[in-house]
Amino acid sequence: MRFFGVENLGIRFGGVVAVDEVTFDVRRGEVYTIIGPNGAGKTTIFNLIGLIYPPTSGRIVLQGRELNGLAPHRVAELGIARTFQNIELFEHASVLQNLLIGRHRHRRTALWQELAFSGAVKRAERAQREAVEKVIDFLDLQHYRDSMVAGLPYGVRKVIELGRALATEPQLLLLDEPSSGLNPEETNDMAYWIEDIQKGLGITVLMVEHDMSLVQRVSDRVLALNEGRAIAEGTPAEVQSHAAVIEAYLGAKEPA
Amino acid sequence: MRFLFKTSYDQDLRLFRHSGQVFWYGLLAAVLLAAPWWASEYMMTQLHFIGIYSIAGLGLMLLVGFTGQISLGHAAFLAVGAYTETLLQAAGWPFWLTLPCAALLSAAVGIIVGLPALRLKGIYLAIATLAFGVIVEEILARWESLTGGNSGLHVKPIELFGAKLEGDAGFFYLVLALTAVCCIALANLLRSPTGRAFVALRDSEISASCMGVNLAKTKTLSFALSAALTGIGGALYAHKVSFISPEQFTLLVSIELVTLVILGGVGSLHGAVFGAAFIIVLPQLIAIAKDYLPAGVAGAAGLQSTVFGLVLIGFIIFEPMGLYGRWLKIRTWFELFPFYRKGMFRRQKTYMKSERLR
Repeated sequence: MRFFGVENLGIRFGGVVAVDEVTFDVRRGEVYTIIGPNGAGKTTIFNLIGLIYPPTSGRIVLQGRELNGLAPHRVAELGIARTFQNIELFEHASVLQNLLIGRHRHRRTALWQELAFSGAVKRAERAQREAVEKVIDFLDLQHYRDSMVAGLPYGVRKVIELGRALATEPQLLLLDEPSSGLNPEETNDMAYWIEDIQKGLGITVLMVEHDMSLVQRVSDRVLALNEGRAIAEGTPAEVQSHAAVIEAYLGAKEPA
Repeated sequence: MRFLFKTSYDQDLRLFRHSGQVFWYGLLAAVLLAAPWWASEYMMTQLHFIGIYSIAGLGLMLLVGFTGQISLGHAAFLAVGAYTETLLQAAGWPFWLTLPCAALLSAAVGIIVGLPALRLKGIYLAIATLAFGVIVEEILARWESLTGGNSGLHVKPIELFGAKLEGDAGFFYLVLALTAVCCIALANLLRSPTGRAFVALRDSEISASCMGVNLAKTKTLSFALSAALTGIGGALYAHKVSFISPEQFTLLVSIELVTLVILGGVGSLHGAVFGAAFIIVLPQLIAIAKDYLPAGVAGAAGLQSTVFGLVLIGFIIFEPMGLYGRWLKIRTWFELFPFYRKGMFRRQKTYMKSERLR
């Protein structure tokens, strides 16, 4: 069965067509990257998949199930997690609490049990904590476990956000510019983690990225967008040498 | 100072972090349990009110401090609790039934108020809840057949398990027990998934929803729990003052509750109790100070509101973390002596946040 795909996905804001009839499929286990110049509609596609914007046209399908029309929190419950371009962490909570919120979709306890903090809640909390500690080990966040997010440097927050998404144990991970704002060393770490997430954890990754060296290194397939339309799809090398892509980034050759 | 070496995950799940906390809370409990022996009648009354305001304040603290919503109409929930209790008691229901009913009805009203909160934020929500408070006050004054209108209602004394709860001590123990139960229940909730969902909603709605938090359900739940707690406070308040009328539940009371939360320290359960104590004690201090002030000032109408306003402004400027924050700083100063630095509790400016999705 097809793992994940969007068909003729589109949205317009008033007269602006931000995403125009985009269709693509993501195969289970691959890293699929969307590239494109600023304003091409990459993040908008993420927000459409997250059901934050209702699409004007098209379908979003995860394992044969249509997502259109569901409430946004249902997307997470079905196993799609995401990070944000500009980092949306819970600022006034500790790193541990941030990661534990990632476990929200796995909670099984009722309100009255929580008010009494019954044995069931305690066992569940212990299990959640163990799951979170695996993520902490995976991303080397031990040092920051009890720190408040509000005081941490940008690079660390970026990793925490990745950790929070991983804590949900997603099937599909949406990464919105994982390398933006990171220095070359941190970008390198990020590339390792993306490879580990794909190969070690077996999580399918859909990402938006500008850093072409990172894209080439980790992506199996790439989709290029321009002005809301898909212009090329294929391996990183194919897309990078595609005439329409070069034109979108650098402009067309002047007619001789 | 104390170093905590963590050797198991359970250590982070415990209500008390270390044996020192158990000792101090135990001491506090012992002192309070012995209150009828050491406190004068006047002080007992103050303790009653501190307990009642703590419960009501915990309700608002949950909403404002942990879920990040604002309400300027919480006096209405106090009123719903108080009137439900009074009317059901008058109908001859037993206390163990009327109190849960007062809480449940307040929660139901809280859900109704919570519905607009799903679409309103910040100042707009403040205005909506403010309007709600005024509407409830008006209903209480106009629905004379039920509430007795402006002439008010008398409240029967509490009867618990067939025995009349008379005297200061009995009522004190009841209030103390309920305050303790509410505090522990909230502390439990806040270390559970639902409590974390509240905090998530406060800090970033968009990413809370992307983590699978049902925004509508969580917000409504927060309003319901908050209203229920304040309703319990209202029910006890009715018994304490033994006479209720609409003018006891005006906008000023709502503002007093918000003041309580801010003075106590937004985002801490201790803060609700500290704030309640402060709100109850401050008017007494003002009354004492009046003797030493020139007659023109002491006799001026609105002296109390002015002092309250000034204290609130002072706290927001100089101690935004409230009384609890002040306490944390003092404690840290002693723990780290002599290494305390001035900027230790200063919060860093938050990073750029995306505005598009708000």
